[in-house]
Amino acid sequence: MSFGTVFKRLMAERLAFFSFIFLMVLVILSIIAPFIVPYDPLKQDLMKVMLSPSAQHWLGTDELGRDIFSRLLMGTKAAIQAGLFAILIPLCIGVPMGILSGYLGGVVDDIFMRIVDGIIAIPAILLALGITGALGISLWNAMIAIGIVFTPQFARLARGQTLQVRSEPYVEAAKISGAGAGWIMLKHIIPNIAPPIVVQASFNLSFAILVEASLSFLGMGAQSPQISWGNMIQQAYSMINMNAWMIVYPGLAIILTVLAGNFLGDGLRAALDPKYKKA
Amino acid sequence: MKEELLLEVKNLETFIPTPKGQIKPVNDVSFSINKGEIVALVGESGSGKSVTSLSIMGLNASAIQYRPESSIFFNDKDLLKLKEKEMRKIRGNNIAMIFQDPMFSLNPVHPIGRQIAESIVLHKKVKYKDALVTALELLNKVGIPDAKRRLNDYPHQLSGGMRQRVMIAMALACDPKLIIADEPTTALDVTIQAQILNLLHKLQKESGIAILLITHDLGVVAETADRVLVMYCGKIVEEGTVEDIFENPLHPYTRGLMASVPELYGPTKEKLDAIPGVVPNPLELPKGCNFVTRCSYATEKCSQNAPTLLKHPSGNRVSCWYPLEKEGERGHYETAATSFS
Amino acid sequence: MKQQPLVSLKEIKKHFPVGSGLFGKKDQFVKAVDGVSLDIYPGETVGLVGESGCGKSTTGRMVVGLTNPTGGEIYFEGKKLREYKAKKTLGKNLQMIFQDPYSSLNPRMTVADIIAEPLVLHKVGTAKERRKRVDELLERVGLASYHGSRYPLEFSGGQRQRLGIARALALQPKLIVCDEPVSALDVSIQAQILNLLKEIQEDMGLSYLFIAHGIQAVKHISDKIAVMYLGKIIEYTNKEELFANPRHPYTKALLSAVPHPNPKMRNRERIILKGDLPSPANPPAGCSFHTRCPVAMEQCKSIDPNLLPTSEQSLTACLLFEEKVAN
Repeated sequence: MSFGTVFKRLMAERLAFFSFIFLMVLVILSIIAPFIVPYDPLKQDLMKVMLSPSAQHWLGTDELGRDIFSRLLMGTKAAIQAGLFAILIPLCIGVPMGILSGYLGGVVDDIFMRIVDGIIAIPAILLALGITGALGISLWNAMIAIGIVFTPQFARLARGQTLQVRSEPYVEAAKISGAGAGWIMLKHIIPNIAPPIVVQASFNLSFAILVEASLSFLGMGAQSPQISWGNMIQQAYSMINMNAWMIVYPGLAIILTVLAGNFLGDGLRAALDPKYKKA
Repeated sequence: MKEELLLEVKNLETFIPTPKGQIKPVNDVSFSINKGEIVALVGESGSGKSVTSLSIMGLNASAIQYRPESSIFFNDKDLLKLKEKEMRKIRGNNIAMIFQDPMFSLNPVHPIGRQIAESIVLHKKVKYKDALVTALELLNKVGIPDAKRRLNDYPHQLSGGMRQRVMIAMALACDPKLIIADEPTTALDVTIQAQILNLLHKLQKESGIAILLITHDLGVVAETADRVLVMYCGKIVEEGTVEDIFENPLHPYTRGLMASVPELYGPTKEKLDAIPGVVPNPLELPKGCNFVTRCSYATEKCSQNAPTLLKHPSGNRVSCWYPLEKEGERGHYETAATSFS
Repeated sequence: MKQQPLVSLKEIKKHFPVGSGLFGKKDQFVKAVDGVSLDIYPGETVGLVGESGCGKSTTGRMVVGLTNPTGGEIYFEGKKLREYKAKKTLGKNLQMIFQDPYSSLNPRMTVADIIAEPLVLHKVGTAKERRKRVDELLERVGLASYHGSRYPLEFSGGQRQRLGIARALALQPKLIVCDEPVSALDVSIQAQILNLLKEIQEDMGLSYLFIAHGIQAVKHISDKIAVMYLGKIIEYTNKEELFANPRHPYTKALLSAVPHPNPKMRNRERIILKGDLPSPANPPAGCSFHTRCPVAMEQCKSIDPNLLPTSEQSLTACLLFEEKVAN
């Protein structure tokens, strides 16, 4: 099954298609936002505090007179960075750990899996708070923390899948022909365990954005003047008695992104299934 | 002895919608089973033999659609028109089914004695204690050694052959008139298969139970059945008594199947007479006879018109334009047709 | 002058530890294979029959090096298997065809990549030459070169088995272990595959170790047949002899249990064995068949018979014959 077929199937699923487009737009925005924002998102204008939406300020202004639309656009950068970085860490550390664990077994398996067990034993949000606390509060450290929180589940998933594929007759056939561990992992195991991991990654992408927002909301992530949807909510939260709608925009942005990630994951799961049937 | 009709399948035609179009796993199939008779339904994968059995059992009803003319009469009731509740009654009390792998049909967390007894209680409204006694009798009847101790065993503690015996005991629990056995010995070793086939024979002789034996193994058919139905691509291509079918197969497919099995008795052939090609895709069945793509006797006529199942003078019913002569020569429809009635 | 066997098994054993006693001591073993000796000569087919759990598949897996024996030695062309430093040398000569045509092909590789894999691993030829070789192989097993760009999922069971055969042939091995190669296939397809295997043998002169529980298929393809029961060979002889004159009571029962394709033979005298196969974790003392044997004697419960010559070509492990041989 080639990349092309999977992509074609994915695009045939309507929800996955829109989710994919939505996320792509976010990615592009996260790069070009500084060049297209109508106002400097940090510029305060105390003459225009908490304006309602208008032609000049599409989503209105906040308590310091900053343009909310511009801030929302700038916030995509933190969200996308958090999402991507937070799945890159488990993909680069957790998945190889899982594959080695599953394929080699024995001592390697014991050591890796005890580490994983250790991480899992700590509640995710506590762990993330702990890591950011230890590394210092910043958006980057929050992302590292999220990545570490996700690593165990990817390692376990990869290990379980590897155990299954390892004993397939096609792997045995390769062994008979003299294939070594490297060849088997690269040619047989990774292509066959990739689909569930890709699906997991797309679910986690949205979850990571959510965790980033939570950490920022708690003051452990992005720090002002850095803009993130999480700290936008936090600021809006303090104004909730005066201006409730300010909280709606970043909230909606988070919800839509999380949903898109989930729909994309569902679509990928269907598209990567060798027994794919168009619904 | 007059033969009493037990089950009559008439013009059974099923549809299953698939993403690429509708397929017809069973296409205008009619046959009957008499009381106390063992009828074998032979076919390879995709022949429609399993869908036929599921239709009789009323299983998987949501996925299968029937043509309105289809009917399955059992004791003067059309099973296809029954409501699920009525059908459930028939399933427990009159028709039972045994499967290829009994591990899937037995509940792994209950001892076998309890499972048999509970199914008796459900259908016969007797006390659990009495049901347990009946369960013990049944286990003895199907030849489980040390049955009393085995009552408390869990399915995983039994061997494949023993599990199949338990399944049969469970099928017998409600004195069925018909047992549908779907590849009952395929998963078993040959010495165990011989035991189970023996048991099925014994049940038919002693209890007069009719059996619809679904299998791909011609040896099992020759050993067990009274009458044989051969299916290919959703249609019955040949039907006859077991002697007629094996002695004088009329359809090229029937003969091809027999020639495909290596001979155990007598000298080894250098090459097997394999049927060439593969079963056609159910979405792209040939226009005329379904077997035309693999038949070495086929003519232009075969690829244009589909033959129907007709009675042949030799006794078999066969669906072929050119039923084979004794020596495997192609027959002549013209001569045969006049004597068809 | 006697030819050198291609592959020779000498008293090979495979004991799997099960459960562990106190302090992690392994105290019980499943004797999957328990002292099997067998010679396979160039160009011949040795059939290995027996019921599930008799150790026939494990024997085959040891021959291709998928698992190592816990006792005994396997020789390839006179040299111990484990002394071949590079596993690749063996891969070139010993190949395997698997039972399940669905799981034996990587669903994420194209057919051409699957068949070329052994060539790539052994660095045979350039990419272009390999592609040509793949085309030849596809044609050899009755498929066409355009099939190379497809994925296994697009093929039927019989076609997949052909692909598995093409892969096994890629390096022109001297022996192919066929582990139940037809038992997952439809009857009409089985015959096609058996014919193909025979043709290939005639063309290439290779040897087969043909493992199956279906005696008809084994009879069709084999020159010699070994019957296994609970990890041991209990009878080993050439094909004609085995069917004309089976000696071991188990062989007799096995042959008699095969359904006869003539309904008129239904009421023939048959040996129906009582009971089930004993567990290989706890095999009976003495002759392992004595619990089911219709002609068991008192001494069978304590004496384990040896595999001894009972005629010029035959070896049988049964006390009935041991005495005759001794006399």
